[in-house]
Amino acid sequence: MFMKAKIKVSRLTKIYGRQTKQALSLLSQGKSKEEILKETGCTIGVNQVDFEVREGEIFVIMGLSGSGKSTLIRLINRLIEPTSGSVYVDGEEITKLNPERLRNVRRKKMSMVFQKFALFPHRTVLENVAFGLEIQKKAKEERYQKAMDALRLVGLQDYASQFPHQLSGGMQQRVGLARALANDPDVLLMDEAFSALDPLIKKDMQDELLELQGRMKKTIVFITHDLDEALRIGDRIGLMKDGSIVQLGTPEEILMKPNNEYVQRFVEGVDFSKVITASRVMKRAESITLGKDGIRVALKRMKNLGLSSIFVVDRNKRLVGAITAEKAAAAIQSGSEDLESLLEKNVPQTDMDTPLYELFEEAAVTTIPIAVVDHERRLRGVIVRGAILAALSGNGVRKT
Amino acid sequence: MIQDFIENHKLPVGETAEWLVDVIKSFPGLLNGIRSVILWIYTGFESFFLFFPPWLLIIIIATIAYWSAKKVNLGLLTLLGLLLIWNLGYWENMIYTLSLVLSSALAAILVGIPLGIWTAKSKIMYRIVTPVLDFMQTMPAFVYLIPVVTFFSIGEVPGIIASFIFAMPPTVRLTTLGIQQVPAELVEAANAFGTTSVQQLFKVEIPLAKKTIMAGINQTIMLALSMVVIASMVGAKGLGRDIFIAVSQIQVKIGVEAGLCIVILAILLDRITQSFGNREPKLNK
Ligand SMILES: Nc1ncnc2c1ncn2[C@@H]1O[C@H](COP(=O)(O)OP(=O)(O)O)[C@@H](O)[C@H]1O
Ligand SMILES: [Mg+2]
Repeated sequence: MFMKAKIKVSRLTKIYGRQTKQALSLLSQGKSKEEILKETGCTIGVNQVDFEVREGEIFVIMGLSGSGKSTLIRLINRLIEPTSGSVYVDGEEITKLNPERLRNVRRKKMSMVFQKFALFPHRTVLENVAFGLEIQKKAKEERYQKAMDALRLVGLQDYASQFPHQLSGGMQQRVGLARALANDPDVLLMDEAFSALDPLIKKDMQDELLELQGRMKKTIVFITHDLDEALRIGDRIGLMKDGSIVQLGTPEEILMKPNNEYVQRFVEGVDFSKVITASRVMKRAESITLGKDGIRVALKRMKNLGLSSIFVVDRNKRLVGAITAEKAAAAIQSGSEDLESLLEKNVPQTDMDTPLYELFEEAAVTTIPIAVVDHERRLRGVIVRGAILAALSGNGVRKT
Repeated sequence: MIQDFIENHKLPVGETAEWLVDVIKSFPGLLNGIRSVILWIYTGFESFFLFFPPWLLIIIIATIAYWSAKKVNLGLLTLLGLLLIWNLGYWENMIYTLSLVLSSALAAILVGIPLGIWTAKSKIMYRIVTPVLDFMQTMPAFVYLIPVVTFFSIGEVPGIIASFIFAMPPTVRLTTLGIQQVPAELVEAANAFGTTSVQQLFKVEIPLAKKTIMAGINQTIMLALSMVVIASMVGAKGLGRDIFIAVSQIQVKIGVEAGLCIVILAILLDRITQSFGNREPKLNK
């Protein structure tokens, strides 16, 4: 789905303090953040971090306060100068650019959204959103028109002539988002953009971001200290501790295979039904092939496996329907051989990425188990009611 | 023994100052340049204000006063105050004083704001400028008259320059404060959008520091006004000279009248500059 690496970060390190050389050498000897602070008085902001952000994905960096998230995101657009290491965007080494080239990258390619909104209080909403274009010396008409477009994207076109302090927090951050989008950058850097908002508004903003992202396909680096938020919006998540990324993976990988105790602790108490997807709990689906297997084969296989129904696929493994043991037995007794007339075509089905909680109701009422199909409608698995319950109780799943 | 040592080795503080004055005097071109610029500004103000008949100027200034804060009271106060000055017969002297105050304040603003910005941006400048400003403000204002007169002889120019030196510190200080008080996150946000340092200054820092800078300008104008009597001692004309004469000849009538005119001028300048500083950005479009 995601191909190219849009941003590449390699051995990126930021040390705050005076004796950075000494601290750097201690760091390469593997000393801890605390030891280095004690010996040199230097604080490790970011510690030899490597990762790639793929074009079009939402890459979440998550960690507790002080773990180095804000530092890391600011190293990407060099609001903070790295102590060592490099950052590439589209293959261009950001860490080597001269000031003018760097300004150009900030103007055209990367925009930032801030935790405390950082709107300019002396400018109207429209003037705030047009700021980046004004900095690029675009003509007034063009920049106000583009700013209006950006405001429309976030639904604030009616507030263009208000001042920031006249708006609620959620609206202010929409303005912040519009200001970042007005430049039409490839990359959005969002530092705890929703952390200052009320939970309900926060959720709206997350939905809105996902919805916008569905249309715009920006590459987004999103920082949060909130695991739920990370799981909701992240395509991939990097977990930070003491300046290092301790685990990097999809939300599911982080939940299912926490690779150390720190991640494990983070993950405890997560609402599993929201993050576990159908593909995670599905079992192998038994099926017969239309045009190859007959009713007798179907009945025999069900009996052998102890199933009350079995899926029917075509020769390309595409799902056509299901057949129940009851109907198959009745058909054989009445001498019928026509499999297709017995077919139950209305089989409950879902795709691989659907979260479990969307399947509760279906699973509770259906007699035929839920079929899991891929985007070409090929049968990939089956979800039985027991598996959902097992996953939610937290057992069944982790062991697999 | 210690006493002998201390008493017999007087440090050449005064001598150094004299030497410095001599050095500066050896650049007559520079001094003449400064002199003609200051004189040009002063005569500009003076001839501008005297160009209008008093009644017209009163209406203009009262209108500006009203417009500065959209307050009828201030407009009315200005109207009555200026009418009283005209009525008492001090109109021209008030114009001389006003021109002197505005010239020195303008010079203080033109030098003080850039200096204040530089001081806010550079730690080294901050360390140098802060004690110098303290020195400038605590040194008795009379002392400035000595070098100023040696450089510029007597008349309006040395008066303006002495006022300028005495009145500049608040503009520098409050400009520095205003720029330093701009929230770091806003400067960072501007930076993230790729501003040059000039854009940052003019689009973010100065607009956000504007109120504080205006408070400094207000104080500078008040300090310049407080210098008018001292300026008259080196030959500047105006209300200051009236008061100086009244004091030296013990003339109660002139003293009270000219004093009243200065008070009126002070109140008006204070109120008008304050309401310019406190103007909210307008809700437009
Ligand atoms: N300007 C700075 N000077 C010194 N230390 C800093 C500075 N900024 C951040 N730090 C330190 O670097 C570490 C990481 O901070 P930060 O990146 O702000 O973390 P987070 O955003 O995850 O809360 C912390 O220990 C913090 O104290
Ligand atoms: Mg932070």
